[in-house]
Amino acid sequence: MTNGFRCISVLEPELIGFLHMRRTRVDKVNAELVTLTYGTIVAQLCQDYDSNYQDVNKQLDKMGYNIGMRLIEDFLAKSGVGRCANFRETADMIAKVGFKIFLNVTPTVTNWTSDNTQFSLIFEENPLADFVELPDDGRAQDELWFSNILCGVLRGSLEMVQMQIEAHFVSDVLRGDDTTEMRVSLVRYIEDEMPPEEE
Amino acid sequence: MAAPPRHATMQSISNGGIVPGTDRQQTQQTQAQLSQQSPGLRVPSNRKTIYDRHLNRSRNTELSRASFAFLFGEMVTYAQRRVTGIQDLEKRLNEQGYPLGLRLLDLLFYRSTSTSSSALSSSSTSSSPPNRPLRIITLLHLIHGPLWRLLFGRAADALEHSVSPDTPNEYMITDNDPMVNTYISAPRDMSMLNCAAYVAGIIEGVCDGCGFETKVSAHNQPTELWPSRTVFLVRFGDPVMEREKVLERAGVK
Repeated sequence: MTNGFRCISVLEPELIGFLHMRRTRVDKVNAELVTLTYGTIVAQLCQDYDSNYQDVNKQLDKMGYNIGMRLIEDFLAKSGVGRCANFRETADMIAKVGFKIFLNVTPTVTNWTSDNTQFSLIFEENPLADFVELPDDGRAQDELWFSNILCGVLRGSLEMVQMQIEAHFVSDVLRGDDTTEMRVSLVRYIEDEMPPEEE
Repeated sequence: MAAPPRHATMQSISNGGIVPGTDRQQTQQTQAQLSQQSPGLRVPSNRKTIYDRHLNRSRNTELSRASFAFLFGEMVTYAQRRVTGIQDLEKRLNEQGYPLGLRLLDLLFYRSTSTSSSALSSSSTSSSPPNRPLRIITLLHLIHGPLWRLLFGRAADALEHSVSPDTPNEYMITDNDPMVNTYISAPRDMSMLNCAAYVAGIIEGVCDGCGFETKVSAHNQPTELWPSRTVFLVRFGDPVMEREKVLERAGVK
C-alpha cells in the first residue's frame, strides 16, 4: 500500500477534535446513560458467562470489533481526516480525534518502542468506568478487563483502514492500579488484495 | 410494605456509591475493617475510587450519541443471538434495564434533595427524608419528568390513565420519538419488536424501587407524524391498587 494520500488536513489533531465537539452539540446524549448502558452490558456478560471473566473479556473484545468496523466510517465522516503517513500519526489521531469524538477524553500516547510499532494509551479519565466497582469475589480484579470493548473497537476500526493491530489492557484503576493503560501494537499493514489479473 | 425480592439484593449494592455525610464515614470505616480482615478490593494509591469522586461530577456531561447507538445496537444484537423470539428478546432487554432503574431512583432522590434544599435545612427538619412518592400519580410524574430529563434531556410527551373501567391499574407514558430506537432498524419479520423494552425495564426498576410492584412493556404506536412513537404501558399490581385506595381515604398525597 502506497501512501499516495498524505494527511490532507492542515489542522492539528487536537484542533480537529475540539472543532468537532463544538460543531455537533445536537448529536449528544447524557454521558451517564452511556456509562450505565455499558455497565449493564458487562454485568449481563458476567451473568451469561457465569463469571468466567476470560470469556467475558473475549466477548467484550468481539463486540468492540463489530462496533469498530462500523465506527470507522462515522469517524472518517465526522473528522474529515485523510490517510496518516505513519503509525505515529495514527496513534495521535486515535487519541486526540477518535477518543475525543466518541468518548470526549484524550488519552496520552506514550511508551513508544524504538521501531515505532508499539505504544501505550494512558487514560486519565474513562467514562465507561464511571460509577464502577468490580465484584469483590477475589477474581474479578485479577481477571476482568472492564473496558475491554475499547481494544476491540481499535482492532475493528483499524482493520478497516488496512492496519492489523493487537490491543490489550495492561493496567486499570478498577483493579487497584494507579493508571489505566492500553498497549497497542501494529502487526502489519494489510495489502489490498486485488482480484487476480488475466495475463 | 414488603420490598419485592428482586429488588432486595440490588439495593445493598446501589447504596454503596450514594451515601453522603455520616453514612459515608461509616462505609469507609467498614471498608477499613474489611481490608484488615480480608484482602478485599484493591484500590489505587491515588485513591481514584468511586468513593472519592463526587457523584454529581458527571451530572451535566454529555457524550457522543453515536457511542450510545453503537453500544446499544451491539447490546441488542448480542441479546438477539441468545433468544428464541421477539417476546424473549424484549424480556431480556427489560431485565437489563431493571437494575438501572433501581440505581437511577437513588440518584434522582440524591440530586433532588441536594439542589432544592441545602443539606443543613433538610437535616434540621429531619423527619422528611427525600420525598419518595407514595401515590401512583406522584410516582408517574417523577418518571415522566425528572427521570426522562435525566436520561434523554427532555420530559416524556404524554401521561395517560386507562379509560377502561376494567383496567384502572393501567397507565401509559408516551414518547413520540424514543432516542433508543433512533438507530435500530428491525428486520421485517420482527416489526413488532420495540427495543425501548430496555427503557420499560428502567421504569419497572424505578417503580419497584419505590415499592410499587409493576409490569411495564413498550409498544409501537406509530402515527403519521411520529413513525416511532412508543407507548410504555405501566400495569400496577393488585396490592398497589389496594394500598392506593387506603392512602386516598387517609388523604395522603
